[in-house]
Amino acid sequence: MQDLGISVLFRGINFQRLLLGLWVTLRIALITIGISAVLGLLFGLAMMSRSRAARAVCRIWLEIIRFMPQLVLLYLVYFGFARLFGWNLDGETSAVLVFSFWGTAEMGDLFRGALTSIPRHQRESAAALGLTRAQINRYILLPQTVRRLVPQAINLSTRIIKTTALVKMINVTEVLKVGQQIIGQFYREPSAAFWVYATVFLLYFLICWPISLLAGRLEILWEGNHH
Amino acid sequence: MDWGFIGSHITDYTAGAWVTLRFGLYGVICSLVLGLLCCLARYFRVPVLKSIAHGYIELARNTPLLVQLFFLYAGLPRVGIRLSAEACAVIGLTFLGGAYMSEAFRSGLESVDKSQREAGECLGLTRAQNIRYVLLPQALATAVPALFANVIFLIKETSMFSVLAMMDLMNVADTLRTSGGHTVEVLFMLAAAYLVLLLPVSLAATLTERRLRYAGFGNQRTV
Repeated sequence: MQDLGISVLFRGINFQRLLLGLWVTLRIALITIGISAVLGLLFGLAMMSRSRAARAVCRIWLEIIRFMPQLVLLYLVYFGFARLFGWNLDGETSAVLVFSFWGTAEMGDLFRGALTSIPRHQRESAAALGLTRAQINRYILLPQTVRRLVPQAINLSTRIIKTTALVKMINVTEVLKVGQQIIGQFYREPSAAFWVYATVFLLYFLICWPISLLAGRLEILWEGNHH
Repeated sequence: MDWGFIGSHITDYTAGAWVTLRFGLYGVICSLVLGLLCCLARYFRVPVLKSIAHGYIELARNTPLLVQLFFLYAGLPRVGIRLSAEACAVIGLTFLGGAYMSEAFRSGLESVDKSQREAGECLGLTRAQNIRYVLLPQALATAVPALFANVIFLIKETSMFSVLAMMDLMNVADTLRTSGGHTVEVLFMLAAAYLVLLLPVSLAATLTERRLRYAGFGNQRTV
């Protein structure tokens, strides 16, 4: 029976349909990662700015994403905004909006963390050597910040990819939904559901795992330069 | 905002919050146990077990919980493994959380100097005593922020239990929303409920971290 189930995957264009479904979530993830990377750096700077108001806004923003499950935020935007403001956003737009709101704050916090984790003596030694402020930023702080930030930022992007699976809950036809359609079509094969969900599981793993490995490698490679 | 509607449905939300909290807690406790075991297997390089732990951690950390739950709840029954929704919830959350907890413990253990473990061995402590009295107390102090972050993360992830047809907060809200008319109130209460659930956890995290900092851990001055 089980070999019958697995054959469902390769009947017709079923496998391509799954991959297309996966691409829907990946596209959302890629757009989100791009937006979060840019806005995240600005967010991080705002968190460290002298302006009290800027810091307060960031603080509240960060607390919202800390306390609210992404699914709740998705519901708020997808269902709530339509009622509150009359904006009928489609699923993909809502998802990009919510995940960027979340990713920006996470990225900003990583940036702030990377910068503030550099021991104070690095700046003080540079100043003692007579480096200007710009030189200190360029040659001392920036390289160390980048080496701390990049592995964590890569890890964040795998989290974003995984989180985009949630768009299924706001009626976007992504890989899980396509999987359900295939299972529905081939309801005579009892083990089809097992193989379809196992495949979706594996597909996510095959995308996220290499990215995680890269982050791990970079972390080990750059570790020697931390102190 | 229709406060009458909110008042009349507050008991639905407390029931949902209880489901979220209860299964979140089961998941967190099982995750802590599983995470500690995996971490120790890797730290002491136990043959076979360390490879299994490593493979499991990579698998769990690189797949979404939603997909894991679908596989457990809708995939496995088709090959004869039938689990209740509650079992799927706890197994799914533990599968995910164990990997994250293990990584948190590992970063804690790695921060303990190797000489500590060797000194313990020299003093004739058994491996279990060494873990219990020398390594864990120091490792935990470092790992606490990461562990608390994981607890909050896992409680938030319980929002996906609604796909298991469990009446958690998310599903309560979804049911009320689809029955019509009060979307804004329903979502407002949903957000408020998660805030009420997670605020004490966050507060506990801050207090614990502050206490540990008084104890002299992590006092490096930075930029």
